[in-house]
Amino acid sequence: MTQILAQFVNLLGALLLMLAFAMISQRRILSLINLFTLQGLTLVVSTVVVGYVTLQPHLYLSAALTFVLKVVLIPFLLHRIIDRLKIRWDVETLINIPTTMLIGIGVVIFAFNLATPIALLSTSLARGTLGIALGCVLLSFLMMITRAKAVPQVIGFLAMENGLFFAATSATYGMPMVVELGIALDVLIGVLILGVFMFQIREQFDSLDIRHLEKLKDQ
Amino acid sequence: MMEIDVLFLVLGCPLAGGIVLALVGHRDVARDVNVAFSFGTFLAACALTARVISSGPMFAFNEEFFIDPLNVFLVTLTAFVGLTTAIFSRPYMRVERDHGKMTPNRLRLYHSMYQMFSFTMLLALTTNNMGILWVAMEAATLTTVLLVSVYRTAASLEAAWKYFILCGVGIAQALFGTVLLYMAAEKVLGSEGGALLWTHLDAVKVGLDPNIMTLAFAFLFIGYGTKVGLVPVHNWLPDAHAEGPTPVSAVLSGLLLNVALYAVLRCKVLTDGALQSHLAGNLMMGFGLVSVVASVFLLIRQKDVKRMFAYSSIEHMGLMTFAFGMGGPIANFAGLLHMTVHSLVKSAIFFAVGHAAQKAGTQLMDEIRGLLKVSPTVAWGLMLGSLAILGMPPFGVFASEFLIVTTAMREQPWATPFLLVALGVAFATVFSRVQPMVFGDTTVKPLAHPPALIPVFLHLGLALMLGLYIPTYLDMWYRQAARMLGN
Repeated sequence: MTQILAQFVNLLGALLLMLAFAMISQRRILSLINLFTLQGLTLVVSTVVVGYVTLQPHLYLSAALTFVLKVVLIPFLLHRIIDRLKIRWDVETLINIPTTMLIGIGVVIFAFNLATPIALLSTSLARGTLGIALGCVLLSFLMMITRAKAVPQVIGFLAMENGLFFAATSATYGMPMVVELGIALDVLIGVLILGVFMFQIREQFDSLDIRHLEKLKDQ
Repeated sequence: MMEIDVLFLVLGCPLAGGIVLALVGHRDVARDVNVAFSFGTFLAACALTARVISSGPMFAFNEEFFIDPLNVFLVTLTAFVGLTTAIFSRPYMRVERDHGKMTPNRLRLYHSMYQMFSFTMLLALTTNNMGILWVAMEAATLTTVLLVSVYRTAASLEAAWKYFILCGVGIAQALFGTVLLYMAAEKVLGSEGGALLWTHLDAVKVGLDPNIMTLAFAFLFIGYGTKVGLVPVHNWLPDAHAEGPTPVSAVLSGLLLNVALYAVLRCKVLTDGALQSHLAGNLMMGFGLVSVVASVFLLIRQKDVKRMFAYSSIEHMGLMTFAFGMGGPIANFAGLLHMTVHSLVKSAIFFAVGHAAQKAGTQLMDEIRGLLKVSPTVAWGLMLGSLAILGMPPFGVFASEFLIVTTAMREQPWATPFLLVALGVAFATVFSRVQPMVFGDTTVKPLAHPPALIPVFLHLGLALMLGLYIPTYLDMWYRQAARMLGN
């Protein structure tokens, strides 16, 4: 049974990685938010499963926290923001998706190589997942670099946090509760601040294109 | 029991200040309330210091907080510079309001976030939990993002956005490092019993798995190093310094960078113990030296006075990182001393620069001329501050830089020419820029409200004192902390 559940966690990890790739290539802002929500949901399921197998009741709590924050609250806030900014149906022009995907594959291979020697030492249930988690983090990083609009950049930032959370559950059965609460609070405040920023950026530049934000240079 | 009360006050005072000022921060009285809360924090920090002098290191709240020689002086320094900056910000913000740059709502945000920022830094310094350290660092980023963007101009929004994204990404790496650290600790300490408490980790650091710790340190160093402003992840720093209000530039340079470096040092001690090698030190030396050299050559090209001094901050943080990377009692001692004097002198410079820029109505150095004729005190503050930061004796920066360079000559001779060239170029550039700003004909106008210059000369006086004489207990702490940081 445990073996099957461990396989299940690995499967969820794979799903998480796939979603990260999907986010890199997604042009629609609305779909991007949905993918992010799905990623959060995958994270919740995997946390519950790990908690069930390893008999760590505090993981249920952190799963509940993740559910409230990443599946309900943050997607809700993002939907509100795109509604009020009237960019719900925006489509971003991404150049060179195939190249980005190829770089992404390279990044994931790099992450697996980096994580393998450490994963071998892990006594955790799903040790193969550390590489996946690092892969997700780096893919989100790649997404932040390639995007020129504010909202996708923020979603990349949040997806990176998802990857980190997955690393915490898969490698160590979750961080201590105080730390997790603190992280959750920071992420929530961060989203709120970024949300306010988006309105101000729009007001200042009449656009949410980050390329406007390249005026400050060393002379 | 007594210890807990004092520590509670150190953290509680700015937190309460943040809440109170969120309610009344837009009123005229808020400037004084801000100073009052900072003064309360400073008094509590002094009481804490007195306690540590009399009865040594201590724990509080179930070992979640601790005070040892490494963080006690940083706590006092943070509270002190927090207070003087609040005093400086009183007339500064009055002028900004008169100029229409600050509305009541912005003032409320500014005052409230100023106190919250102090709180997050003090929390980062006093916590024993590496996870809470991360949370506090991230919270400090969030509060300063709001402070940098407070003018709502296109440039300040850009600076704040860049700051948020870059530091957010950086600090996410640090979280991954913390997860790995926890993973290594769990094997030794078990998941119960505070596997993230630094003192516990320190006790078992030899047993931490070296493979995991290597990777953990790499991530932690990149993460917190972003906040230290090390090249090549320094891009946020000049923008944030130049576009935010000057009191914010002063606390960013004077305090936040120190706290980030403090976080790196805590991680380095654990990594050194686990690896039994000089890997962490070598990384720090490399990045430190690159920062010193690169920042100096970027500094030459600056036209904005706050940007120039921001690059100078990168240079000095690089120098400290290099010193701690070398390790050993003398270099560590010099690093700690440099942390203190740089913080004092750099914030003093920003105070003077803030007033100068307000008088001239611009931050461009070419347009600030002949300050001496209109306001001799601001001019002398800027001149003496610049000389002090450039390492002229008898200021404390000279003492610490001298120690760092001589230690480098003995232990890492290859690095010495780079350091000397960088320090020389910085001297020539900054001095030649500041000199015409101070002397010569003037175009600047006097201000409606008299500037607060006590903080400037208080800081410079303390830096002067540290160059000539270091009090016994401070010397003792530096030595103890230097020993603890090891080699």
